Amino acid sequence: MPNTGSSCTETSASQGPPLWLLAELTYRCPLQCPYCSNPLDFAQHKTELSTSEWIDVFTQARALGAAQLGFSGGEPLVREDLVELIAAARDLGYYTNLISSGMGLTQAKLEAFRDAGLDHIQISFQASDEQVNNLLAGSRKAFEQKLAMARAVKAAGYPMVLNFVTHRHNIDQIERIIELCLALEADFVELATCQYYGWAHLNRAGLLPTKAQLDHAEAVTNRYRAQLEAEGHPCKLIFVTPDYYEERPKGCMNGWGNIFLSITPDGTALPCHSARQLPVSFPSVKEHSLSHIWYDSFGFNRFRGYDWMPEPCRSCDEKERDFGGCRCQAYMLTGDASQADPVCSKSPHHHKILAARAEAEQPQPPIEALTFRNERTSRIICKG
Amino acid sequence: MTPVTRDQVPSLRRGFRLQWEPVQNCHVLLYPEGMIKLNDSAAEILQLIDGTRAVETIIAQLDERFPNVPGLDEDVLAFIEVAHAQHWLQLH
Repeated sequence: MPNTGSSCTETSASQGPPLWLLAELTYRCPLQCPYCSNPLDFAQHKTELSTSEWIDVFTQARALGAAQLGFSGGEPLVREDLVELIAAARDLGYYTNLISSGMGLTQAKLEAFRDAGLDHIQISFQASDEQVNNLLAGSRKAFEQKLAMARAVKAAGYPMVLNFVTHRHNIDQIERIIELCLALEADFVELATCQYYGWAHLNRAGLLPTKAQLDHAEAVTNRYRAQLEAEGHPCKLIFVTPDYYEERPKGCMNGWGNIFLSITPDGTALPCHSARQLPVSFPSVKEHSLSHIWYDSFGFNRFRGYDWMPEPCRSCDEKERDFGGCRCQAYMLTGDASQADPVCSKSPHHHKILAARAEAEQPQPPIEALTFRNERTSRIICKG
Repeated sequence: MTPVTRDQVPSLRRGFRLQWEPVQNCHVLLYPEGMIKLNDSAAEILQLIDGTRAVETIIAQLDERFPNVPGLDEDVLAFIEVAHAQHWLQLH
């Protein structure tokens, strides 16, 4: 283990604070999106931190320097103490973001959250089209509910981010998606192409768009951006490309354990929300202080800096830009989390990305054939 | 960018919040899922933007506090213009 007292002290001195806290309040969710970023074995992790445990986490992270707090899940609205958590976080001085599917949201809740000081609500849609949306969500009422709640969010005076996860089944409707977001008066629109972690990785062949689909979507988005800018329109379109079509990896999380701290429902602290799958031991907020976890724990120091890198990253002049890419992607595609992210054309495993691109050019099964994220399937896939 | 006039009244866009962060030792502008670290002059200007003061009032108050800064009014106008173009501010 490359973990010694001296290296810890060194990291501690140079490492900045966490600025972002993601609180995954629960893995419970009424939807079944086949690209969910929750771990495949979520059904085995049923325990959730209590109200006071969460507030203690918020207090510690705020003292370390975290300023942005995202309430996520699962669907955070299923937590009955959400109003209390929002109020506590806002009192501590966080900018509070509710990241929700909109399922379970009501006018009364919107008002209670606003009174508690909630700063912003992000609502995710599955598609611009009712039928596709509901198929993907695994719910017959999802689309109607989301539309109603998006309107209510704006009416209640919140800034709103609309999030559309795009993939081969909905990316060709990007124009309708953008039009819908503008009609709903979104302040920010995230057109986020699936990132292939968790359930999305399991369903990758059925989700990855073709290069032509992606190019089309990007061109449409750029056309709208130019139009919005010319109008002085405040809505901002954020287009997230799938890194499978890149030649260099993303600088994942701005570097491992650099600014981002994620807490899972049971209190496991992670440097990114998908890191739980890695063969690395991560600390729990039930056993350690957040200060120890952030600055001194093995898990958070595992891929900090550059000393852990093998070639081709070690001698690469771009390593300070992309940190070797994503550790989870390296692990999923090569079996070794310290390898270069195979997205990089310098990686000896880059052929796996090329094979996925080739696979995307082939006909793929319909939406109904994807593996949906639910407890039953989670238990079948992952034996406890 | 639309030029800013001195009689306009800037206000922070809904969902944007100015805040002092002791750990970062600076003011930040917080907005949905984002944060901008501000330099001292941007923070001084933003602290005077409250939806009631006109640009000329903000300039006058800063002039009073920092009497020996040449071209202060131009700096304030330029900052407000950029912040408006970024949609951090609204002008009335």
